Amino acid sequence: MKYKTDPGLKIALLTLTALVLLAIGAGWIAPHNPEKAEPQLRLMDPGGEYPFGTDHLGRCIFSRVLFGIRISFFIGLATVFFSALIGMILGGAAGYYGGLLDEVVMRVVDAFLAFPSIFLALAVIGFLGSGLVNLMLSLILVEWTGYARLVRSEVLALSGKEFLESAKSLGGSDIYIMSRHILPNILPSLLVMATLSVGYAILGAASLSFLGLGIQPPTPEWGSMMNDARPFLRSHPLMMIFPGIAITVTVLAFHLLGDEIRMRLDSRSGAVKEL
Amino acid sequence: MLKFLAKRILLLVPVLLLVSIISFSLFYLSPGDPAEILLTGPQGPPDPAAVEEFRQRAGFNDPAPAMYLRWLSKVIEGDLGYSYVSGGKVSNAVLDSFRPTMRLALISLVISLLISFPLGILSAVRQGSFVDGLGMAVSLLGVSIPNFWLAYLLIILFSLRLDILPVAGYGMGGDIEHLILPAVTLGISAAAVTSRMIRTSMLESLEQDYIVAARARGLSERSVVLRHALRNALLPVITVVSLNFTYLLNGSAVVETVFAWPGIGNLMTRSIYSRDYPVILGCMLFLASIILVMNLLTDICYHYLNPRMAHEVQD
Repeated sequence: MKYKTDPGLKIALLTLTALVLLAIGAGWIAPHNPEKAEPQLRLMDPGGEYPFGTDHLGRCIFSRVLFGIRISFFIGLATVFFSALIGMILGGAAGYYGGLLDEVVMRVVDAFLAFPSIFLALAVIGFLGSGLVNLMLSLILVEWTGYARLVRSEVLALSGKEFLESAKSLGGSDIYIMSRHILPNILPSLLVMATLSVGYAILGAASLSFLGLGIQPPTPEWGSMMNDARPFLRSHPLMMIFPGIAITVTVLAFHLLGDEIRMRLDSRSGAVKEL
Repeated sequence: MLKFLAKRILLLVPVLLLVSIISFSLFYLSPGDPAEILLTGPQGPPDPAAVEEFRQRAGFNDPAPAMYLRWLSKVIEGDLGYSYVSGGKVSNAVLDSFRPTMRLALISLVISLLISFPLGILSAVRQGSFVDGLGMAVSLLGVSIPNFWLAYLLIILFSLRLDILPVAGYGMGGDIEHLILPAVTLGISAAAVTSRMIRTSMLESLEQDYIVAARARGLSERSVVLRHALRNALLPVITVVSLNFTYLLNGSAVVETVFAWPGIGNLMTRSIYSRDYPVILGCMLFLASIILVMNLLTDICYHYLNPRMAHEVQD
């Protein structure tokens, strides 16, 4: 089956590369210290030294948006890494060994899925407190279930295949079979899910910070910047607009990348399906 | 059918128990002493002896499993305890807040379906066309925009610039003016997800043999799409609607806070700000039960409409 070369993949990769470069170079590019308040320069309109203007404490919004890339990428990637790891171990074990273990793991997954995801994250923070670690913990508790289900069903689909039987009859240990034979086969679908969920993790982190329950000021974070902008919506709407554009562009790039990878895998094997 | 129903309902029991264990564990792990929070009044921090006495009396010093079982037995009777802040029954607070949320969710659902059905069907019928590309690009944008930002964009445009809709609030019992912006915000976000699902489902349906057969019989394209393809694509759409509902409940946490809509999302965030643990627990248990019942109903619909699925549903 042929597929059209469309610009989606290029746009996604270019945007993400640009964001990574901006995050690395934030220290040089940013005209001001993102956390330094200049009370006499508060709520300035964009222009001159302050391309995006200043916020209610006189901090440079452009510098804050720029530095915000770092924390968003960090949260997005770290959350996805840990949720994928947990999901892979539990889902993989459930699918591979089956029986009671499978039953227990899947019921726990069902229980976690019963909570609307943001309410679960909110509850974790509500009980354990806000801050970076609890924010990430809350997002991991929401996301690991998706990986567990995916890995379990992929492992089940592979079970009984000749190459696994032969590896087993040659005396391969469970760990060996899982890491050398099963993992490479489920990696493509894991990759798609991981790319898409980086976007969702960034959105989730921004939502919680927007509610004042994630990253706390003065750390530059897009969601918390928008929370700061709420009282000034009428007089200074731009304060709300800039961080929102940053979130949308970043999340869009990850979603686009995930979609493009999926389409390419689909047309090759038909293994990864939508819905 | 009855056997299937019984099995599904029996399966709910362990899941509900796990839901209660997860919720209680979070509560139990929380730093800070509930007894101290409860006894802290306007006069300042309470007397340590009084706190200790209260802990003894309320059973806060018991081991965790004993506390859990006592709490669970009350929950099963429908007693979710009392709010630390208002002193009122948690069950009343949760139920009262759920009505506005349902109002909002139902209107948003209608908006979402009104956008996503035409968009999804059109995109599928004209697969690969400009319309399809544009539709999918817009829906990609829709899933990437933070819903609270979309909410503020709408507020800036319709409330501050054009001044035709209220910024926030519930009005007189949730009148239509106050409902429009939050409902549109949630509806658009949900439509972005839904239209892609409908497109996928329609594409699969359009590839089936009976579509080729219908075309071969010379039926009009309109009839092929609407009478044959859509009807068969509707089955997955039941799942879509129920997913949509979950999605809307999810969005309500932030959107209700932005619009000061007195729903369960708003109740949840307010309770977190005031460390009102019993209300947070109550919201969690209530929402999880609602979602589990929704999923059960979805499965029953599926089973009823498509006996072919009977064996696969269990998974």
